[in-house]
Amino acid sequence: MTVTDTTEAVLAYDDVVAAYDPVLGLEVHVELNTATKMFCGCPTGFGAEPNTQVCPVCLGLPGALPVLNARGLESAIRIGLALNCEIASWCRFARKNYFYPDMPKNFQTSQYDEPIASNGFLDVELDDGSTFRVEIERAHMEEDTGKSTHVGGSTGRIHGADYSLVDYNRAGIPLIEIVTKPVEGAGERAPEIARAYVSALRDLLRALGVSDVRMEQGSLRCDANLSLRAKVPGAAPGSAQQRAVPLGTRSETKNVNSLRSVERAVRYEMTRHAARLAAGLTIVQETRHWHEDTGITTSGREKSDAEDYRYFPEPDLVPMSPDPAWVDELRGTLPEPPPQRRRRLQTEWGFADLEMRDLVNAGAVELVEATVAAGAAPAAARKWWSGELARRANADGVELAAMPVTPAQVAALQGLVDAGTLTDSLARQVLEGVLAGEGEPADVVESRGLKVVSDDGALGAAVDQAIADNPDVADKVRSGKVAAVGALVGAVMKQMRGQADAAKVKALLTERLAPADSTTDVSTS
Amino acid sequence: MTGTSLPADLTRATAAGLAQALAAGEVSAVEVAQAHLDRIAAVDGTRDADGVATGKAVHAFLHVCAESALADARAVDDARAAGQPLPALAGVPIAVKDVMATRGLPTTCGSRILQGWVPPYDATVVANIRAARMVVLGKTNMDEFAMGSSTEHSAYGPTRNPWDLDRIPGGSGGGSAASLAAFETPLATGTDTGGSIRQPASVTGTVGVKPTYGAVSRYGLVALASSLDQAGPCARTVLDTALLHQVMAGHDPMDSTSLTGEYPDVIAAARAGATGSLDGVTVGVVRELSGDGYQAGVLRRFEESLAVLTEAGAKVVEVSCPSFTVALAAYYLILPSEASSNLAKFDAMRYGLRVEPGGVAVPTAEQVMGATRAAGFGDEVKRRIILGTYALSSGYYDAYYGSAQKVRTLIQRDFAAAFGQADVLVSPTSPTTAFPLGDKLENPLAMYLQDVATIPANLAGVPGMSLPSGLAEEDGLPVGLQILAPAGADDRLYRVGGALEAILTARWGGSVLDRVPDLSAALATAANGATR
Repeated sequence: MTVTDTTEAVLAYDDVVAAYDPVLGLEVHVELNTATKMFCGCPTGFGAEPNTQVCPVCLGLPGALPVLNARGLESAIRIGLALNCEIASWCRFARKNYFYPDMPKNFQTSQYDEPIASNGFLDVELDDGSTFRVEIERAHMEEDTGKSTHVGGSTGRIHGADYSLVDYNRAGIPLIEIVTKPVEGAGERAPEIARAYVSALRDLLRALGVSDVRMEQGSLRCDANLSLRAKVPGAAPGSAQQRAVPLGTRSETKNVNSLRSVERAVRYEMTRHAARLAAGLTIVQETRHWHEDTGITTSGREKSDAEDYRYFPEPDLVPMSPDPAWVDELRGTLPEPPPQRRRRLQTEWGFADLEMRDLVNAGAVELVEATVAAGAAPAAARKWWSGELARRANADGVELAAMPVTPAQVAALQGLVDAGTLTDSLARQVLEGVLAGEGEPADVVESRGLKVVSDDGALGAAVDQAIADNPDVADKVRSGKVAAVGALVGAVMKQMRGQADAAKVKALLTERLAPADSTTDVSTS
Repeated sequence: MTGTSLPADLTRATAAGLAQALAAGEVSAVEVAQAHLDRIAAVDGTRDADGVATGKAVHAFLHVCAESALADARAVDDARAAGQPLPALAGVPIAVKDVMATRGLPTTCGSRILQGWVPPYDATVVANIRAARMVVLGKTNMDEFAMGSSTEHSAYGPTRNPWDLDRIPGGSGGGSAASLAAFETPLATGTDTGGSIRQPASVTGTVGVKPTYGAVSRYGLVALASSLDQAGPCARTVLDTALLHQVMAGHDPMDSTSLTGEYPDVIAAARAGATGSLDGVTVGVVRELSGDGYQAGVLRRFEESLAVLTEAGAKVVEVSCPSFTVALAAYYLILPSEASSNLAKFDAMRYGLRVEPGGVAVPTAEQVMGATRAAGFGDEVKRRIILGTYALSSGYYDAYYGSAQKVRTLIQRDFAAAFGQADVLVSPTSPTTAFPLGDKLENPLAMYLQDVATIPANLAGVPGMSLPSGLAEEDGLPVGLQILAPAGADDRLYRVGGALEAILTARWGGSVLDRVPDLSAALATAANGATR
């Protein structure tokens, strides 16, 4: 098969939504964060040397057999429950047979017509605050494949490569595939809904604690199916009249590695489909590859009826029949749904919508919550996490949660500020020490000698010195130009190397530079 | 301790006898191993650089590991000399079917595609054998990936039947069975997917047991059909078979289909059976597993065995299992389906044979896979992969694989009903005695019919034994009797088999294997015939 990677014609978005009704289908693969693989005891850590986390089972050596990771099943059931699915009382694994070098057995152990979870939904909040319900077809368990790196050639893909390297560390990592039913009625908001769905799903999975949900590392991957059908004039996107129109041919876009890409890829495919349809061309049912840099998709392999996976029940694994009492017990472990939780916290904390959205986007809600729980005021906690710490995390290119400071330490730091021990600027220096691994905030205050000087003698001396050094300014203040005191405050702070409370300095200066007469009056009366 | 009266030729001893003599210090493990290695050297023949059998000899072994065998034996002797406690079978030699992964020893499954592959791990069965301090002599020949009933489908040439070197030793485990009949080893392992332990036992005059599905771990057995495969013991006597059975069986957390819970004491059952009494035992004769298509001498020995069982106190009744008549058809859909998937991993990407296609400058992975599989698999393997791929194809699945699974359920019901009337079921193991090499090679269906009586047990997961019931008058070749028991009641096989063996050997004045022709004479004739 030859691949022609040319940019295709697209139609303007407004024209697309005027003429066509988009239907989405989203398949999300999520890698579970179990300590070991789905069917063997190999570790699952990301970033290890290639082919060091392998054994006869995940390498598919002759004779090796799979044994189910119980924690993987537990996570699958919890995900199913959180997505409002029915949990199968009896189900099996199945083999999906096809040849590919990164698949050690040349079949993938997956689930076919007997998934662990089916028929659920996820309510997705959109930017305008409205909610869109996405119906879930199924969530099933499977194993990940190895990872191929194609070396040479220009595209980094298998066609034209000089050779390929395969890393089987990923082979056998537990995956849950979550498949939506056709998402109808999205209309012009289809790209936004696609993004919002993946975002909501990510929040849910994070709250469940079952996955790292790092799209850039591939622990959450999205394939976006899209088809267009003619829009019925005057009919609303989700109306029965519109739904009666048969679905168009779909394309499946892979390699969509960020939330923003989900939205862009769907939007691009809508404009590409529409241009073809408008030109009287047909849509090829195929896999498309999303290119982040150019913002387009190109044709992958054709997906047709010729692809027959010859599924059959996996004879090496016994069927699963989760005990209903256990399922109920797992239901009790479900977290509060993230949107509901966000609303509750926002009310409790008294944050504005924009402030809350910033926290959500920064992935800081849990951090702020923990900081508040450790004793900090919500506004102060928010200020640290979405201010100084967000800035540093961004500069270092790490996730906020990966910063080497705990919410308890942030709360302790804020406590020192509240007690007047530290000024804001001193507190930032203390934070720097904590991040550098110098210990708890109190330790850093001690070792770096950063405490606000409350010794009135030292402070008084510094104030006297500043007045002596700046007689002209002092006179101005004495003569009633109170605003001039700022320059003296600066001089005192400089002398104190910042370790003084500016308000107190100002009070001392004002007291000493009060008009002579009034002072005399008071003292002599 | 009393003397155990070992035969002068150690290779004629039973495993039980050797174990006892070794424990008593009457013989060393090295002596025992050396005697068997000498016997192998004398009768097994040679192989060329490509591993293919040369000349007319038994050719039971694909690989003999004399050095490690002697080292293992020496270690056992040293441990015993140091007074360390040792397992019952420590120092007893054993041959391992080449379908079992053996760390450090080649494992080919009789296939070109695995030539040179040395597994980095032991199958659980092999680990159990090593833990029992038994001495592994080598790996035995088999039909490629256990597909066949004659070992003629081995890529390394057939094994020959010690009873007649121009005849097949059965299959797929013909190497293990022949190694026993040729006195190259007292014990051997087998795997039985549709009769690969029992049919070779039948045509070589030896004993073989397919345990209940899940009783012996499948971890490390190169899979043919996962839902049917079961490893089991092969030996020359019922008691020896039980001794090995005990070592092989047991729950394995590495095999999720492995059974948990109580497992019967098969050794005690074999000893109980040896008293010759079967009072209170009801034996069911399966109407559908005899009659048309069975050789006259096979049926005569079967009738005789029934008379012996009655004599021993058993009540013999007839039972009917109507669905057994379609067992073979269902089997040849389920087995190829599972096999087509199990064998997909042999693709040249990670281990084994790799063949670059000709006429292509830079072949794709797919082309390398194709060329390797074309060159590395034999005809029978390709035939079954094609069958299975077809049966699982979209649009055919329900008609083929789906229907076959329904037949499987019917067979399980037939067994349940039959075991409601009888404690064990019996039939001839195989419809014929050993047939000449080449006889059925061009007719796969005739070959498949060899397993018509053994297949139902695999489809239902129940245990089965084959043991000698004598020689057929018309050809003087051994005939086997099959005993089947309910799942988990493997001990019944040993109880009934032990009794039958005791009575028959008493009647014959010795084991049926005492009548195996002198191989050295046969080999000398063959050598003379080969001289120009």
